[in-house]
Amino acid sequence: MLGDGVIVASALAYMGILFGIAYYGDHRADAGRSIIANPYIYTLSLAIYCTAWTFYGSVGLAAVSGVDFLAVYLGPTLMAVLFWFVLRRIVRITKVHRITSIADFIGSRYGKSGLLAGLVTLIVMLGILPYISIQLKAIAASFGLLRQYPEVARMAASVQQPIWMDTTFYVALILIVFTILFGTRHIDNTERHEGMVAAAAFESLFKLVAFVLVGVAVTFVIFDGPGDLFQRAAAHPDLAPLLRFEVVPGGYGGWLSLTFLSMMAFLFLPRQFQVLVVENVNEVHIRKATWLFPLYLFAINLFVLPIALGGRLIFSDGRVDADTFVLALPMAEQMPLLALLVFLGGLSAATSMIMFETVTLSTMVCNDLVMPILLRANPRWLAGRSDLSGLLLSIRRVGIALLILLGYLYFRFVGESYALVTSGLVSFAAAAQFAPPVLIGLFWKRANRRGALIGLTGGFLVWAYTLFLPAMARSGWIGHDFVDVGLFGLEWLKPYALFGLEGLDPYMHSVFWSMLVNIGGLVYGSLPGRPDPIEQVQGSQFVDILKRERHDGDSLLWRGVVETADLYDLLARFLGPQRASEAFDRYAADRGGYPLQADSHLIHYTERLLAGAIGAASARVMISSIVMGEVLSIEEVMTILDESTQVLEYSRRLEQKSRELEAASAELREANNRLRELDRLKDEFISTVTHELRTPLTSIRAFSEILLSNSEMDVEQRSKFLSIIVKESERLTRLINQVLDMAKIDSGRIDWHIDDLDLRALIQDAINSTSQLFHDKTAMLREELGNEPVMIAGDHDRLIQVIINLLSNAVKFCPEPDGEVTIRLQPSLNAWRIEVIDNGPGIAPDQHKLIFEKFHQVNDSHAGKPKGTGLGLPISQKIVEHHGGRIWVESEVGQGSTFIVELPGKR
Amino acid sequence: MANKILVVDDEPNIVLSLEFLMKQAGFQVRTASDGEAGLTAITAEQPDLVLLDVMMPRKNGYEVCQAIRANPDWKAIRIIMLTAKGREVEREKGLALGADDYITKPFSTQEVVERVRELLAEAS
Repeated sequence: MLGDGVIVASALAYMGILFGIAYYGDHRADAGRSIIANPYIYTLSLAIYCTAWTFYGSVGLAAVSGVDFLAVYLGPTLMAVLFWFVLRRIVRITKVHRITSIADFIGSRYGKSGLLAGLVTLIVMLGILPYISIQLKAIAASFGLLRQYPEVARMAASVQQPIWMDTTFYVALILIVFTILFGTRHIDNTERHEGMVAAAAFESLFKLVAFVLVGVAVTFVIFDGPGDLFQRAAAHPDLAPLLRFEVVPGGYGGWLSLTFLSMMAFLFLPRQFQVLVVENVNEVHIRKATWLFPLYLFAINLFVLPIALGGRLIFSDGRVDADTFVLALPMAEQMPLLALLVFLGGLSAATSMIMFETVTLSTMVCNDLVMPILLRANPRWLAGRSDLSGLLLSIRRVGIALLILLGYLYFRFVGESYALVTSGLVSFAAAAQFAPPVLIGLFWKRANRRGALIGLTGGFLVWAYTLFLPAMARSGWIGHDFVDVGLFGLEWLKPYALFGLEGLDPYMHSVFWSMLVNIGGLVYGSLPGRPDPIEQVQGSQFVDILKRERHDGDSLLWRGVVETADLYDLLARFLGPQRASEAFDRYAADRGGYPLQADSHLIHYTERLLAGAIGAASARVMISSIVMGEVLSIEEVMTILDESTQVLEYSRRLEQKSRELEAASAELREANNRLRELDRLKDEFISTVTHELRTPLTSIRAFSEILLSNSEMDVEQRSKFLSIIVKESERLTRLINQVLDMAKIDSGRIDWHIDDLDLRALIQDAINSTSQLFHDKTAMLREELGNEPVMIAGDHDRLIQVIINLLSNAVKFCPEPDGEVTIRLQPSLNAWRIEVIDNGPGIAPDQHKLIFEKFHQVNDSHAGKPKGTGLGLPISQKIVEHHGGRIWVESEVGQGSTFIVELPGKR
Repeated sequence: MANKILVVDDEPNIVLSLEFLMKQAGFQVRTASDGEAGLTAITAEQPDLVLLDVMMPRKNGYEVCQAIRANPDWKAIRIIMLTAKGREVEREKGLALGADDYITKPFSTQEVVERVRELLAEAS
């Protein structure tokens, strides 16, 4: 009933439908009415993660190790949780920088490094081969099984047949044709393939339906519902352990490494990066996919365990490979249509993976491997060709063919010895190598090209040594010795137990070492030194992507002159004239025309368009080859960058300056007020001095005139008047001297003569020179000065002035007769204390401070009281303070006064 | 009958000189050494003219001048302010408060006597 013809015809018909969908999708995209611009199509296209491996291999794995298979889906589910945090950044960056692939992304991030992009491509090429090979294997195996319907028999290994007899080979050829038709119809400047995405979404839906139908059939038709199925499995001694976690190889550690690997693979496998990031139409779709995609995974895994258990129960003799249970079960139960549907579902899963993976990869090979080499090797030859888009397409087509054929070869010569899952994990581990440079590069600005190169190379080598080479060895292509006893017989170089790390399953072992080397290399290589300017620019643009609204930073890097026409020619060569002129029209529409001489903005615009076609690194080389003045030198870029930071710095400083100015002007206002106050004080001082000078002068003039006009005055009165004149003259002289003293001290122009002196002797001198005053007033002076000399450092003449002033004040205010003054010299804490005590009228406490102010005199009504100048105490205070001491008065009205001087000095 | 002059100043030597000058000019003279004492003296016996110093303790010259002018009974008293502060402001302040004349220290003895005579002549 199901002859080869039917199978092949339905397969081709199915492919035809897919092609129709893809064509329609592209057509709608060209017309500007995308059919994939909704979150559901986006989510379904993500499901190309579920390949033939899921379709067949999950059941195979579950049949052997129970719930182990779930780890492969737990990873993506966890990653989906992180979508909004991680994926959104990556998508935004990709849109802004017109990134076309994972290689382009990593290369771009690390200073548009062509070397890095090439390395990534190389890793992907090698790493992905096992993965492609298992898809081919799945198609071939399912076809081989189905064509024997109704017989369910183990298929003979295809390796024994010559290539031209091998159906897998023909499957590969057909896939090459379809992939080229799907994926390389034209060169697009965004490298998006809407038609393919639409087809992938359809395929995801199809395989889900097929798988669920089988599950339902097994659970409810072949068995009597899930209860019946699980009961029978639990009763079976071999199957019961599958329902528990203990069978997981490598235990929880193995689970963790599987989950981690699938998490990284989900994001960094080239085709996943393509559908997740490059084909993303709208960031908002990510939000819905965050919960919708895990739901899809749940649905497609729901029946894995029932099918696996059912298979084990029905094919208990082991004659059927567990990897083919999905197909074998409907066959054994005589359900030909379901079997055919399952075959098409598996085909669907395998082809979508192969097509997306190889298209993506061929773009990378073309942009990041072949073109850079051609550009470097012979730029003139390239420059001489008018339309390069044909060349690009050819390179890609060859790339696709080559990749699928390589996958076939791997399948034929290596892959036979592995189950589906294990081969896939080798690829997963390779893809996981991109996690450090991408993820760390997203959040750490200092990660640089050197670090990424060291890390990636190291991680890749470890991966190759611990997973890829042992796989080759296992199939007999290279000697097996190094796996068993270590390279050169060195135990610690055994690929499955590096440095004696044993007891892990090979994947966990490899992941551990490669990630250690990779992350370590990245961090170690990035730490020293300063990154290149272009690395800095890219680094901060990637890390700060969500903070920026506009992304002009790049255009800083182009300077120099180029004719707009030259830019157009360059673009036309890679995109074709039609797309190039469309792009320039768009530019003109946006910016209101374009200049004859392209500015840096237009150059940058062209570079981004070109980057979409040939990758960032190559685009940079191409642009720099035609822009006169070339790329800015590193120094110049640094200068530009520095200048912009300098502008920021400058404005920051301006703000600070203006704040400082405000503060300064406030200070100035303050100072001005102080000055005005001082000026007022000075006016008052002068006015007061004038008054004080005029007062004695008035008496002098008045009595002089009286004497002059009264020549017959009696002698007694004459001499009284004359002595008044003399006294007032003395007062005037004293006043003038003190005003000068005060002025000198105030302005700091006084010369101080500080010497060691004996304070006791100094006081004695002062007493001697005032003895006449005491004698005149018959006042008594009591001396309490001690017997020892008191040595301090001070200005002798000034200090004696202070003591004389205090003594004369004291005697001046004492009562007459019975005036009593005591002068005392005694030590106090770290100082010498001189007290002058009188029994005069005393001073009210509110005057204690005022008497030390200039011209402030304690006025009272007692006429005939001796008048001072009002400067004695202020001058004394200045002198004492200059010596580091202090002077004050202690007194009550009616209790006499005590003036105290404290001078610092050794005791 | 001789005119009565009151000299109010806190500088004893200036009081002494003015007392001598006024007596020599034939006036009857009394003295006071501060503002309050001056007002007490006026209350005790109303003078015809007061020679009033500005800078004094216990009521300065301005206050005394104000007090005199505030009392209608004392309307006839002539006031000459004496001050060592020679600024125009002070002169105007004194005149505004009701002083009849203003003399700056140090003064010419002759001038003081003349001004006193003039003022008393005007009054009578």
